[in-house]
Amino acid sequence: MPAELERTLIVMPALNEQASVASVVEEVLSTLHGVTCLVIDDGSSDATASEANRAGARVAQLPFNLGVGGAMRLGFRYALDNGFDNVVQVDSDGQHYPSEVPTLLRHLEQADIVIGTRFSGDATYRVRGPRKWAMSLLASVLSRIAHTKLTDTTSGFKAMGPRAVRLFASNYPAEYLGDTIEALVIASKAGLRIVQVPTPMRERTTGKPSHNPLKSAVYLGRASLALLIGLLRPTARMPEGAA
Amino acid sequence: MTVASYILGVVAALLVLVIVIEMLRRGKLRERHALWWLIAGVLALIAGVFPKTLEWAAHLVGVQLPTNLVFFVSIAILFLVCLQHSAELTTMETKTRALAEQSAMQELRIRELERQAGLGDRLAADESDAS
Repeated sequence: MPAELERTLIVMPALNEQASVASVVEEVLSTLHGVTCLVIDDGSSDATASEANRAGARVAQLPFNLGVGGAMRLGFRYALDNGFDNVVQVDSDGQHYPSEVPTLLRHLEQADIVIGTRFSGDATYRVRGPRKWAMSLLASVLSRIAHTKLTDTTSGFKAMGPRAVRLFASNYPAEYLGDTIEALVIASKAGLRIVQVPTPMRERTTGKPSHNPLKSAVYLGRASLALLIGLLRPTARMPEGAA
Repeated sequence: MTVASYILGVVAALLVLVIVIEMLRRGKLRERHALWWLIAGVLALIAGVFPKTLEWAAHLVGVQLPTNLVFFVSIAILFLVCLQHSAELTTMETKTRALAEQSAMQELRIRELERQAGLGDRLAADESDAS
């Protein structure tokens, strides 16, 4: 679907990813012909921006760190201002396979948001304890809100269709965990359709996931809070001409 | 109440008012932020000069020890000030974030315009400078 790809913006939030960002950008551009790749340098202190630029991505540099939510908001605004219909969020650490992007885009025909999930399919990704409770709690609550089965609600691999791009360009939460949990609540309440698609994912190439019980407990607390606030907030209205 | 404690109360209240007004005068404090401090200073001055009003007010709201009313009102004012500051911090953060987004967008746009105009690429130039 070359036409689809030309109207699609790949947004990669990147914080100090100079080691991996260039190869991820190159893989995206060589796998997905005609696609535009925007790397949001989220206040990195290393050469992330110039590495991404060298690899052929457009680069927007935030003057200081805003978090994934802040970076994505910029991506949605850029997409809207520059006439892109779809936004696909891809992590800059190489966890996601760019070759899966067309699969996500294909599902956008019946939905506004497609989440690439790592659970269904191969079960190589395992979590335990409070983090697992947090994830299953989020999954069950968000599934109910979105009227569809969602298992991996904090996945960073997502495709957003035109309606979602318009909604998120003006309404994207920049708080911690807001970019995943709260964004899904906002979208559901605004009447957008969310689906999930199982996609294979790689082990992360750089950095390491934080897995200790205390951090997981804090994560559970913050996730619940993000969910609660998302539910309590007034419903975001779709911007003009987007109904 | 001794004379010393009476004087202490009045002087402390006057000091608060003098400091707040002087800061306002020098532009070190904006009016909206000074409001709570002025209210606190005036209340302290009234209670300091006329201790009877404090006893009357305590009796009115059913507080047995007038000093407890002082503590309660002080804490309430500090609480409101903190809450106001948190709310304003949130507004400031929202504005800062919007500015950061706008600055990033404009920088990207300038870079693309410069590239189209054949002025070279500053990010690439930065890289060669660094190496």
